[in-house]
Amino acid sequence: MAQAVKTPRIPLDKQILMTVNGDEAVAYAVKQSLVDVVAAYPITPQTIIVEKFSEFVANGEVHTEFVPVESEHSAMSACVGAAAAGARAFTATAANGLALMWEILYIAASLRLPIVLAVANRALSAPINIHCDHSDAYGMRDSGWIQLFVENVQEAYDTTIQAFKIAEDERVLLPVAVNLDGFFLSHTLENIHMLPDEAVHEFLGGYRKIPKVKVDYFDEEVPLAINPARPLSFGPLDLYDYYFEHKMHQVEAMKRVPEVVREVNEKWYELTGRKYGDGMLVPYEVEDADVIVTVLGSTAGTVRHVVKKLRREGKKVGMVRIRMFRPFPHKELAEILKNAKVVGVMDRGISFGSYGPSFLEVNTALYDYKEKPLLVNYIYGLGGRDAEPSLVEKMFEELLKDAEKGVVENKLRFLGVRE
Amino acid sequence: MASSPKEPRGWKDLPIGAVPYRLSTDYKTGDWRALRPVVDHNKCVKCMLCWIFCPDMAVIWDGEKIVINYDYCKGCGICAYECPVKAIEMVPEPTE
Repeated sequence: MAQAVKTPRIPLDKQILMTVNGDEAVAYAVKQSLVDVVAAYPITPQTIIVEKFSEFVANGEVHTEFVPVESEHSAMSACVGAAAAGARAFTATAANGLALMWEILYIAASLRLPIVLAVANRALSAPINIHCDHSDAYGMRDSGWIQLFVENVQEAYDTTIQAFKIAEDERVLLPVAVNLDGFFLSHTLENIHMLPDEAVHEFLGGYRKIPKVKVDYFDEEVPLAINPARPLSFGPLDLYDYYFEHKMHQVEAMKRVPEVVREVNEKWYELTGRKYGDGMLVPYEVEDADVIVTVLGSTAGTVRHVVKKLRREGKKVGMVRIRMFRPFPHKELAEILKNAKVVGVMDRGISFGSYGPSFLEVNTALYDYKEKPLLVNYIYGLGGRDAEPSLVEKMFEELLKDAEKGVVENKLRFLGVRE
Repeated sequence: MASSPKEPRGWKDLPIGAVPYRLSTDYKTGDWRALRPVVDHNKCVKCMLCWIFCPDMAVIWDGEKIVINYDYCKGCGICAYECPVKAIEMVPEPTE
């Protein structure tokens, strides 16, 4: 339900100003979110999240059961078990750790367990590399998780709290991955505003509420949770006779995510004064733009800086940051992009033998429009390669030339690679 | 309880999270059995080792003798293997 009552704003001077890095910001958000179980295995650049959180546990500052497991596969499995028992569960990982979770990611989503996972985005091996790209997140694209990408440390804090609210909404009941760029955000200090504990508790409505289901053998609806008094089976054998129907539940739940993300974004704005576009897309200077660039994560800051510079020079350029990658807001994005001449799609990852994953989405979004922009895919920043302003500016200059010519010769370009 | 939806159910009539809407005992899992344990009660000494070892709790004590519940027995043969007096024989199920 849409909230009719406005949430009273907590003014900035009543918020807590802290200097933290992205990982610590996530840890503080989890601390304030009344999380019952955290199960995690360390991996750079995520390690600080659980390291910091384990301090809260050791100091008795949280009630959380902390499970130091032997692998990421076990971390997600423990979260699945905890969430199936009705707990609010959290874990964090990156790159190869996320890859090791792969099997259980699908189980978390299909059992409709509202787990929150922080991913400090990092390149996948080989060769081994600890720095940022989005190949890990793109790998879990089809697992049934909601995927949010943050631009800065403040947003990492805000989004982690929002993630529990979104995941646990009865219209959704899906796990949420909060993606923050490894090192660029995870290890970079920023001044951020945190809420008082009670405000976060109130925002989330206290501890996790368990949804109810109706099964034939109980007269009343029963909580969708493991309980010996009201036994339910989770994840039993389901063949060609019912599997397809159960997948439809995930399809339908994903359809309801945008309205919930929008509401949570608005409610957060009422409470804190901070909002991120419509919660899904964050446009900048797009109204009359001939060239628009789409981007995920922290690079948006650099792109915005360059757009500002080029606008001063009278060039009609703009940017859309894609905050929500799954479910992908096709229609909303197309409405923003449709009048541009050229759109550059930045992907910090590539599907080998195809294009960057977000390029495929932008194509899908625009295909049905008669009048639509030309599209170019820019693969950039793999393995943490810096996307400095001069490089982003070079991309805009290319795209402006394409717009002038009205034709795109090379659709797949690699930005900042040596030949 | 409201009237039951039409079987097999469509997705709109199924509980979320893929939890089964019927009891697990409603699913007769013995029908994939290839070998059937047959008890010779003249040999059986009622030691109950089969009852202990059966992984599916398909060996039942009826008060006088052991009985196999063929609704759930999957024919694994553990009972026959463990029987100290060889009172259980695994017999092929008819294939037609």
